[in-house]
Amino acid sequence: MSRRLLTGNGSAAWGARLARVDYIPAFPITPQTEIIETIAEWIDRGKMTGRMVTMESEHAMITAAGAASATGVRVFSATSSQGLLYAMEMIYSVAGWRTPLVLVNVSRGISAPITLEPDHNDVLAARDSGFLQIHCSTCQEVLDTTLMAYRLAEDERVRLPVIVNQDGFYLSFTREPVEIPDSRPAAEFVGDYNPENMGFRASSPSSQAVAVLGAGAYSYFRYETHLAAREALSVYEEVAREYRERFGRYHPIVETYRTEDAEYAFVMMDSFATKAKDGVDRLRESGVKIGLVRPRLLRPFPEEQLCRALAGMKGAAVIDQNLSMGKGGVLYTEIASALYGQNEAAPLLASFIGGLGGRDISAEEFYEIAATLQKAVKHNRAPRPRLLYTVEELRAMRKLQAIAHVERHGSKPGE
Amino acid sequence: MFRIRFHGRGGQGMKTASRILGTAFFLEGYEVQDAPRYGAERRGAPIFAYIRADRKPINERGIIAGPDLVVVADDSLVPLPAAGVLQGIREPTVILLKSCESGATWRQRLNIKNPIVTLPETGEAEDSAELRYIGAACAGAAAGVLGIISRESLAQAIQEELGRLGEAVLAKNRANALASFDAIKKSAAVNVTEGGSIPAQPYKRPAWIDLPFEDARISAPVIHAGLTSVEVRTGLWRTMAPVIDYSLCRGCWWVCSTFCPDGVISVRDNQPVIDYDHCKGCLVCVAQCPSHAIAAVPEKEEQARKKAVAGEAS
Ligand code: SF4
Ligand code: SF4
Repeated sequence: MSRRLLTGNGSAAWGARLARVDYIPAFPITPQTEIIETIAEWIDRGKMTGRMVTMESEHAMITAAGAASATGVRVFSATSSQGLLYAMEMIYSVAGWRTPLVLVNVSRGISAPITLEPDHNDVLAARDSGFLQIHCSTCQEVLDTTLMAYRLAEDERVRLPVIVNQDGFYLSFTREPVEIPDSRPAAEFVGDYNPENMGFRASSPSSQAVAVLGAGAYSYFRYETHLAAREALSVYEEVAREYRERFGRYHPIVETYRTEDAEYAFVMMDSFATKAKDGVDRLRESGVKIGLVRPRLLRPFPEEQLCRALAGMKGAAVIDQNLSMGKGGVLYTEIASALYGQNEAAPLLASFIGGLGGRDISAEEFYEIAATLQKAVKHNRAPRPRLLYTVEELRAMRKLQAIAHVERHGSKPGE
Repeated sequence: MFRIRFHGRGGQGMKTASRILGTAFFLEGYEVQDAPRYGAERRGAPIFAYIRADRKPINERGIIAGPDLVVVADDSLVPLPAAGVLQGIREPTVILLKSCESGATWRQRLNIKNPIVTLPETGEAEDSAELRYIGAACAGAAAGVLGIISRESLAQAIQEELGRLGEAVLAKNRANALASFDAIKKSAAVNVTEGGSIPAQPYKRPAWIDLPFEDARISAPVIHAGLTSVEVRTGLWRTMAPVIDYSLCRGCWWVCSTFCPDGVISVRDNQPVIDYDHCKGCLVCVAQCPSHAIAAVPEKEEQARKKAVAGEAS
C-alpha cells in the first residue's frame, strides 16, 4: 500500500489496473483522455497486462466493450459528455445484454453551447439505461469505487454494467493524496470474473440479443433487469463492507456527514459535496444544526437509505448540478418521489440548481442556501427553485450580448 | 490552510510548478490538493494552477478566490485583466513575481501595499528552449518564500515530478529550482500566512438574481466564430500519414475522396490530392482504395522525407 498524490484520472486508471482488466476499448475525449493515456503507457511498459484497442468512436467503443464482456473477459472503458451521448444507443443495448463491464464517466456539461467543465447532464442521460451509477466525491473514492464496481457488476445476482462517475477538472485533473492498495490484496478482493453461462465466442460465431421478442418476453427481460438493479443495493452493501474489512475504507450507499442531530441538510452528489461539508462545518460553528446527505448510488436509487437519512429533519436543500429542461433538478425530483407518502416526518424540500458547466459554488452561497431553507421552514412554505446566479454574472452576460449585437447589426440593442 | 496560485503562460510549465510545490508540501507531511486550470489550451495563453495545503483533510475545491501567495512567472500578465493575477488578494497576500523590476516599483505601479518579492529574470529565459525551466524555478522560489519546505523535500519533489524526463533535464531543473530557493531564502524577509475559512456568521450575501425570461431572438446561443474548421490545423494530430502512389492510382470514382470522413481529399486534374494541413490520419482512405494506391506511412518518416525533398529543391 502506498499513499501518494494522484489525479482522479490517475485513480481511475489505478482502479482498472488493480482489477486486472483484460480489455480496454478506448476513444479520447477531454477531460477523460489521461485515463486511457495512463493505461496505454502501463501496458507499453509491461506494468499492466490486458489489451487496449483505440476505436473509431464511442459508439464502437461501447459495442466492443459489451461484446468482449459477453465473451467472459473483464472490460474497462472511459468516456465523458458528448462521448457518452454518442454511445447512448449501445449503452442501453449492452445493459440489456447484462454484460458486467465498468465504465468511468468524467462528467462534463453537454453541448450546445459547448463547455469543458463539469455538470451531470451527461451521466444523467444514461440514468434509465440499466447501467448502475456510482458518484464519487474524492480521488480516493474513484479508485476504491472502480475496484468495488467490478465485484458489484459481476455478481450473479446483479450482472449489470456500472458507470463510476467523477467530475471533470474538480477531480479528473486535481491531485489529492490517494492510498493505492497493493496488487495482491486488490486481486483477492476483486477475484476472477466467472462468466458462467455467458459463452459468446469469436471462435464459434453466433448472434446475441437479436431475436425480435413478443411483449411478454420483452417485458420479462426488461423487468428482470430492473429487479437486478434493485438487488444491487444489498449486494453493494456486502461489497462495501468487505472492502472496509480489507482496506479500512467504507464507502456507504448514502454518505451522511454530521446528520445525527441535524435539523437541516444539504443534499448533493459528486465532488462539490465536499465543499458542502466545509459549509456544514462553518454553519455548525455559528449554531445551525445542518448536515450533508450525499447519495453515492444514483442507480439503483436508494430510497430507503435516503428516507432514513432525512427522517425527522425540518428541511433539506437539494442542490442539483444538472437541469432537466422544462422540469428542473433531477435529484430534487427523485428525492421528492422517495419522500412522498413514505414518511410523515419528511422534511420540507427546497430546490437549487448550481454548478452548471463547472460554475463554482461559493462558501457564502452555501450559507445563503441554509438561510433560505431555515426561512422556508419557519414559514412552512417551500421556496421556488433557485438557480445559483448572481447580478455580476448577468452583467457579464449582458456585455457579451451587447458585443454580439454590435457585431451582427452594427449598433447597440435598442438603437 | 495555505492557498497558492501560480500564473503563467501556456508552455511555461505552471502545471509542473504546482505539482513540484504540491509534492514538496506532501513530503513535508501536509494534505495537498493541486490542479492546473485551462480552457482550450494554447501556447502563450494565460493559464493558472493552484495548490491547497493543510494539516487536515481538505474539503475546499475549485479555483482559489483568496490566495495567501500568488506566483507570477511572467510579469507581462500582471496588467492583463483576463489573467486575473491580482484577483482576490488580501492585505497579507504575498506576490512573487518573476521580473527585472523591483518589488517597490511594482507596488507603486499597482498601487498596492502587499509584500512583493521579485525573482530576477535570467538572460537565458529569453531563449525558448529555457522556457520549460521557469516552472521549476518558480516552484523553488515559492518554496523559499514559504519557509516551511526544506531544500531536501524540494529536491526530492523535483526528482519525483521530473525524473522520467531523463538526468539532463532533471539536473537542469533541480539546479534552477534550488538556485531560486537559495536566492529567495537569503533575500526575502516576508511571511506567508495561512488564511482561514470564510465564516458563516456574518457573511456577505450573494447577489442572486432571478434570470428573466427572454425570447429566443435574444436567448438562443447563436454564436458564430471564425472558420475554425479551416483555421485549426488538425493535421497536427496525425501519427500516420496516407500517401498516394500516383502510379497505382487508377483515378477510380474517387472512392478515397468519398470516404474521407474529414472531406480533405479533393480532385485536381483528375487526381486525388490530400490536404495534409487537415488530414487527421484516420487511414479510412487507405482501407477503401480499391487499387491499394494509398499507403500508410509513419508521420515522422513522411516528415523526414518531405524535409529531404525540400532540401534538394532549394
Ligand atoms: S487518412 Fe483519413 S483524414 Fe486523411 S485523407 Fe485519408 S481518410 Fe481523409
Ligand atoms: S480510391 Fe484509390 S484509385 Fe481511387 S482515386 Fe483514390 S487513390 Fe485513386
